[in-house]
Amino acid sequence: MTRERLINLLILLLMIAVPAWAYAVDEPFILTLTTKVAILALAGVGLNIALGLGGLISFGHAAFFGIGGYAMGILASHAQSYTPMMEWPLLIEGTKSMPVIWLVAMLTSALAALLIGALSLRTSGVYFIMITLAFGQMLYYFAISWPAYGGEDGLSIYVRNGFPGLNTLDPLQYLILCYVVLFIVIFLSSRLAKSAFGLALGGARQNAERVQTVGIAPYRVRLTAFVISGAVTGLAGALYADLNRFVSPTMFSWHTSGEIMVFVILGGVARLFGPVAGAALFIGMEHVLGGISEFWQVFLGLTLLAVVLFARGGLIGTLAGREVAHD
Amino acid sequence: MSAILLVEQILNGLQSGVMLFLMAAGLTLVFGVMGLINLAHGSLYMVGAFAAASIAAATGSFVLALVAALAAAAVAGALIELVVIRRLYARDHLDQVLATFALILILSEGTRWMFGSFPLYLDVPSWLSGPISLPGGIQYPLYRLAIIVAGLAVAGGLFLLISRTRLGIRIRAGEADREMIAALGVDISKLYTMVFALGAALAGLAGALVGAIQSVQVGMGEPVLILAFVVVVIGGIGSIKGAFVGALLVGLTDTLGGVLLPQLFALFLDPSAAATVGASLASMAIYILMAVVLVLRPSGLFGERA
Repeated sequence: MTRERLINLLILLLMIAVPAWAYAVDEPFILTLTTKVAILALAGVGLNIALGLGGLISFGHAAFFGIGGYAMGILASHAQSYTPMMEWPLLIEGTKSMPVIWLVAMLTSALAALLIGALSLRTSGVYFIMITLAFGQMLYYFAISWPAYGGEDGLSIYVRNGFPGLNTLDPLQYLILCYVVLFIVIFLSSRLAKSAFGLALGGARQNAERVQTVGIAPYRVRLTAFVISGAVTGLAGALYADLNRFVSPTMFSWHTSGEIMVFVILGGVARLFGPVAGAALFIGMEHVLGGISEFWQVFLGLTLLAVVLFARGGLIGTLAGREVAHD
Repeated sequence: MSAILLVEQILNGLQSGVMLFLMAAGLTLVFGVMGLINLAHGSLYMVGAFAAASIAAATGSFVLALVAALAAAAVAGALIELVVIRRLYARDHLDQVLATFALILILSEGTRWMFGSFPLYLDVPSWLSGPISLPGGIQYPLYRLAIIVAGLAVAGGLFLLISRTRLGIRIRAGEADREMIAALGVDISKLYTMVFALGAALAGLAGALVGAIQSVQVGMGEPVLILAFVVVVIGGIGSIKGAFVGALLVGLTDTLGGVLLPQLFALFLDPSAAATVGASLASMAIYILMAVVLVLRPSGLFGERA
């Protein structure tokens, strides 16, 4: 067993132990906090597919997070007010069913990722970072100025959406639901990384010309990865909106993009459990430091700075050493 | 729409464009010379504005406030470069993004710690307040006109600095081949600190000048930072000329889009729908402009390398 696997196992144990303890001592707040970690980790797992495997530094993943959130908000608000979304050419009604919402969230954010990726991937390096940031901001300002769904104020959903057979308003049941989704996605992403597609993607990151000479078009591989990545982050957005029962343009803001990126880097880029470790560390610091000082972000910033300057490879990279080939 | 209103809006667009240029010039120099992506540039804008507001409150002199803004931002820039930024030149963009994102958190919250959450106010000096009559019977605020003139003057000075002075030659040489100029005996790390401080001073000046029109508050640099990124990318990374053209394009698109687009849609939509669609599109206009430029020219209007 490699050290990274050992650490992953440890993270897994902690992920189960913390909520089990919280449930035993009746601390629903900790359960909700853990749910938040799981959902944000899922967003990070999504970004990690583009960032870690593909080397695509997207500074606009808030776009997909927000689209997922608004997919939930729009569908649920129509179901809440019993008004159909569309009557012509075909009748589309809102829904309060999570599986349907998740599907819509993933499809719409995948579509957005296809459009944004198709344009952005024509560029590379700093230009790619900036153009993805710009697309995120574009949707942010659109969400603010479009009054139909709350505009700047956002949208409140009164009751959490339902999942067949579960009471999603119960913190533990919603946490378990989010965990199951997270673990399925982590499993799929580990399979993806080892698949022929994942190898081609890693190859395109390390040396696009060589990949091209063996007959693989880097552009198409990267675009596919970007779409998958966007869809996963969109799913996380829908779950996050359901956790808060609220969506607002903040989900689209560049701070959100930055934070999702921070989860990935803090945990360790291209590490399977990196986003989980990063999100847990970030939310944990936010919670602990927030209790100590009103100005906790100063300390958060200093910690981040220390990680970048002295602990390269993030938490898992520092603990496990360099096992993943860095180019 | 009357011609007077149009001219006024064009002047407003110019004013925001010129201020964006001051921000974007520093960013594009740092990108071009050091290959560094600096998200904390907006914080230097904020530092300039806060320095100006507190010196103006203490002395009552607007000129001293501007000097303080330049000095504070330049010193802050040089310090940040010495302590943090110079460790990042050899890193990839991902590390640079994260480290400068961390710097934003530190500088923003640190400023909130020192000055509190309430905005400060920086008044337009009496000798620059009030409207001025332009040819054609247009009344335009004198201060905004002064900003345009000041911005253009700084832009001109910067062009001269880059193209005519020894420092400018070194900056351009550093952009072209940093090993070679180091081998020729130029102290490259001192040059980097100077370039960074120069960019910071320009951002601080912009912060102080704009701070007199808007309120001086924590987080004021972030919207401007993102606009400045759009400018740099449209103009082409590393190109001062590109930053100038890009800044004016973005300033004018942003300002005129907000006025013209709703009126354009009013031609074929009912008024309330036109206002909604127009306002939404106007808020997205510069990002659409950027996407169009990048699709047509992936390395910007004046960029050479992709």
